Amino acid sequence: MSTDTVWFRPPPRPSHTPQPPEQPEPASVDLTIDGQAVRVPADWTILQACGSLGIDTPTLCYLENLTPVNVCRICVVELAGARTLVPACSRVVEPGMDIRTDSPRVRLSRKMVLEFLGSSVDLSTAPQAQAYAARYGACPERYGQPHAPSGPGERDAREPGHHHAPDGSAAETVAQPVKVDNDLYIRDYGKCILCYKCVEACGTDAQNTFAIAVAGRGFDARISTEGNVPLPDSACVYCGNCIGVCPTGALMFRSEFELRKQGQWDESRQTRTDTICPYCGVGCTLSLHVQDNRIVKVTSPLDVEVTHGHLCIKGRFGFEFVHGGDLKADANPEG
Amino acid sequence: MDLHFHGPKPTAAEQAAVDSVLGPPTSAWAGGARNIEDEGHITLLGGHAARSRRDLLLPALHAVQSRFGWVPPGAVDYICRRLTVPPAEAHGVVTFYHLFSLEPRPSAVVHVCDDIACRIKGAERLCDELEHSLGPEREGHWKRSPCLGCCELAPAALALDAGESPRATALAPATHADIMGLRTSGEERHDSFESLRRSVPQCGDPKLRLLGRIGQIDPESLDAYRQSGGYTALGRAIELGPEGVIREVLASKLMGRGGAAFPTGRKWDAVAKAPARPHYVVCNADESEPGTFKDRVLMEGDPFAVIEGMTITGFATGSERGYLYVRGEYPLATRRMRLAIEAARAAGLLGANVMNAGFTFDVELRSGAGAYICGEETALFNSIEGKRGEPRNKPPFPVHVGLFGKPTVVNNVETLVNIPLIVSLGGEGYARVGTPGSSGPKLFCVSGNVARPGVYEVDFGISLTDLIAQAGGVPDGKAIRAVLLGGAAGMFVGPDKLDVSLTFEGTRAAGVTLGSGVVLVFDESVDLGDVLARIAAFFRDESCGQCVPCRVGTVRQEELIQRLRSGQPIGSRDDEASLLKEIGQVMRDASICGLGQTASNAIESALATLDPIPEGKSSR
Ligand SMILES: Cc1cc2nc3c(=O)[nH]c(=O)nc-3n(C[C@H](O)[C@H](O)[C@H](O)COP(=O)(O)O)c2cc1C
Ligand code: SF4
Ligand code: SF4
Ligand code: SF4
Ligand code: FES
Ligand code: FES
Repeated sequence: MSTDTVWFRPPPRPSHTPQPPEQPEPASVDLTIDGQAVRVPADWTILQACGSLGIDTPTLCYLENLTPVNVCRICVVELAGARTLVPACSRVVEPGMDIRTDSPRVRLSRKMVLEFLGSSVDLSTAPQAQAYAARYGACPERYGQPHAPSGPGERDAREPGHHHAPDGSAAETVAQPVKVDNDLYIRDYGKCILCYKCVEACGTDAQNTFAIAVAGRGFDARISTEGNVPLPDSACVYCGNCIGVCPTGALMFRSEFELRKQGQWDESRQTRTDTICPYCGVGCTLSLHVQDNRIVKVTSPLDVEVTHGHLCIKGRFGFEFVHGGDLKADANPEG
Repeated sequence: MDLHFHGPKPTAAEQAAVDSVLGPPTSAWAGGARNIEDEGHITLLGGHAARSRRDLLLPALHAVQSRFGWVPPGAVDYICRRLTVPPAEAHGVVTFYHLFSLEPRPSAVVHVCDDIACRIKGAERLCDELEHSLGPEREGHWKRSPCLGCCELAPAALALDAGESPRATALAPATHADIMGLRTSGEERHDSFESLRRSVPQCGDPKLRLLGRIGQIDPESLDAYRQSGGYTALGRAIELGPEGVIREVLASKLMGRGGAAFPTGRKWDAVAKAPARPHYVVCNADESEPGTFKDRVLMEGDPFAVIEGMTITGFATGSERGYLYVRGEYPLATRRMRLAIEAARAAGLLGANVMNAGFTFDVELRSGAGAYICGEETALFNSIEGKRGEPRNKPPFPVHVGLFGKPTVVNNVETLVNIPLIVSLGGEGYARVGTPGSSGPKLFCVSGNVARPGVYEVDFGISLTDLIAQAGGVPDGKAIRAVLLGGAAGMFVGPDKLDVSLTFEGTRAAGVTLGSGVVLVFDESVDLGDVLARIAAFFRDESCGQCVPCRVGTVRQEELIQRLRSGQPIGSRDDEASLLKEIGQVMRDASICGLGQTASNAIESALATLDPIPEGKSSR
């Protein structure tokens, strides 16, 4: 043992084990919803507060893994003292709010939003919107017969601030040919309700690729790539996250699209199996939708912490190897 | 940001046009030395410095549009590299504004106003003549336009010539011969300031407080402005100190003149007290409400007053930077405001240490690119920031989260021109002008079938009848059929209600609105059904398209009006009336912004009392 002076003195042992700093109790807010008093955390939205009371608020442009854009306006509720209705999905609770979620004004607005969408957009693959339409008694037929669909590329070329004056004999729609320009997914903007979800998923909310954005103005607004180029020429990396969030089937796996075209798509014959993506170490959860022993599409549950339902091209579309091409033939040479 | 560029390379001319705004590229990611083509799809690390200049997107696009008459894809791609903007988003921005074109267009284009005031002064005839001499509209030599803000001189047109030295000329009243002459002469036309007297029938009246200089002094001379009392208010404001100024503005009970009538002092107070920094001042000069032209006349005739008003606002609210957002269709106002900013800066009235009083304030002018919705304050912020002009949801309000996410005071041009007056008269002195509920002088934009259309300055309290009488009444002994109060977003008033007092409280009591001060008079010869159809088309064109009630509601409203006009209602006319009510209700209740919320006001008010589309008188 050396008796040299110790040139380094370790600090004294702490008298207590380090603890995380104390968290203040989350502030809470008292408000009234449909006559019921409720206390919720101060950073909740009206939508969350309604949910805590078991009130089912319709939403179309809202998704828990995306920033609210509050554009569809189906979730509006009546707030005492406010001149207009307010969107439940984005409006944060305030003390003393007095909210009605089923007043005549609320019901009328929801019904009209659904009629406006139903009379201008093909909602045949949007089960959620259909259910709401039934709930609120929407009657999209009362705007007259739908206008003939526009030709290929016509809506993409519309100029802002100019339109052909209608004669009123038909109701204008967004009907147009499907965009089929790659093997992985199709874009059927005749089914697009312009909920902005795909744009958000492609942007800072998930993918950060910015391949698509809203273009045009007013009723001629549409989702577009840069310069309206086909997807293979765009910045798209085929993560499919836009498909994952699209509420109307406007964005659809090519495999689903082809099966539907042949009349073969049948959800009652499908199973859904959750597994972990085999490609990399991130470990995203994949839900494999299987029909007739073939994977027909891949989704990912929103509530999984790992990527909140977002995937990359490999997990989303790289399933063909499972079907194995000729593997079956190899394993059973007799046929 | 991982951006992908595939577009065509810019030509040298395209690059030069962009560089004229952005300066030469300084690094590889900005399109400088490193060869992006060889590297293909690369990660461009623009960094904060580039991203934070996204607000230069619109100025760069303007430079390209006015150089070539359209926006070629190579130029868009180059701008995107320079500013680290995703090309898809830039596409979204270019296609939002009607002064930009992504398709090749003739370099000379005439925009012809076919909006309400011009329709009743022969706009359709002008369009027919142009069709005859320049070809059909779709060939692009001429184009219909919403209100060009020259309604007092209707019909109006705006001639844009792209090129190395681009020209923009407003013509009002516009004749076919004028337009064709301008196209062949190729000269720049400068109206003298005296010609503004046509727009201010009261010109020369010594009692005028807001319009006093217009048409009387040279708006391009700072000396003339100072000799007529200009900039004494700023000196007085500096003596009062920021809090003192806000006290006076609160005491003046000044209400915003942009349409929403919000108390200006309260807005200022909130911004001055907001802890976040920096603060911004925005002057809303996007004036696009059909029938409104007062802000144009103020900017063309008294630009220094606008700057002085902004400077006092900046001083009071602790803002060092102001933005003046002028609509793109106002070439002369833009020119005079630019000159005024430069002159004020040179004289130490803008910049660091204004008037040697130790505070900094400077103003930057931004041009709109053809979108009524950008007059909505939050859409205007987005537009300045280089985004699509889509309104934001409120709350949060601009006083807390405004331009670039910072506390922002946004005021209309006319509101700001009242500020020097308030400082000079004192808040209480100002509040004694007008009525208890509506203080101060007010500008009205009187147009349509009156003998002397123009901007009128009156003290609040005058009745509609008296104002119309002051404008010379309806010519040719015709009777008044209706008056549109407040513009397309306002309401129709029938002949039985002309005694309404033109104050905030008086119009509220009568169930109408002052809006931006539009008084558009229609005599008995006007087809109101045609006017309603134009209003419906206007909202359908100008909706930003963000929210369902307005995006689709404005379409359904226009279709309904056309069904009534062609005598082919779905069900009965009463069915249509109740359908319109429901369409109006959802737009009013559930739209994000004031455009959708007011889009059915005028139409519903006309149908309720004026029988604008008489049954059995099908117009087709
Ligand atoms: C669709 C729409 C268009 C508007 N256009 C204008 C405009 O052109 N000029 C303006 O000053 N305010 C306009 N406003 C009102 C602005 O949002 C804002 O209230 C105003 O600029 C505030 O200024 P003030 O308080 O001085 O009136 C518009 C509002 C809406 C909803
Ligand atoms: S697949 Fe991915 S990258 Fe392509 S558009 Fe959709 S979200 Fe964007
Ligand atoms: S394509 Fe789908 S996700 Fe995208 S805006 Fe349309 S409906 Fe919404
Ligand atoms: S009301 Fe109309 S203009 Fe305003 S945000 Fe909605 S769609 Fe856009
Ligand atoms: S869900 Fe709230 S506005 Fe769309
Ligand atoms: S300039 Fe034509 S209506 Fe205003």
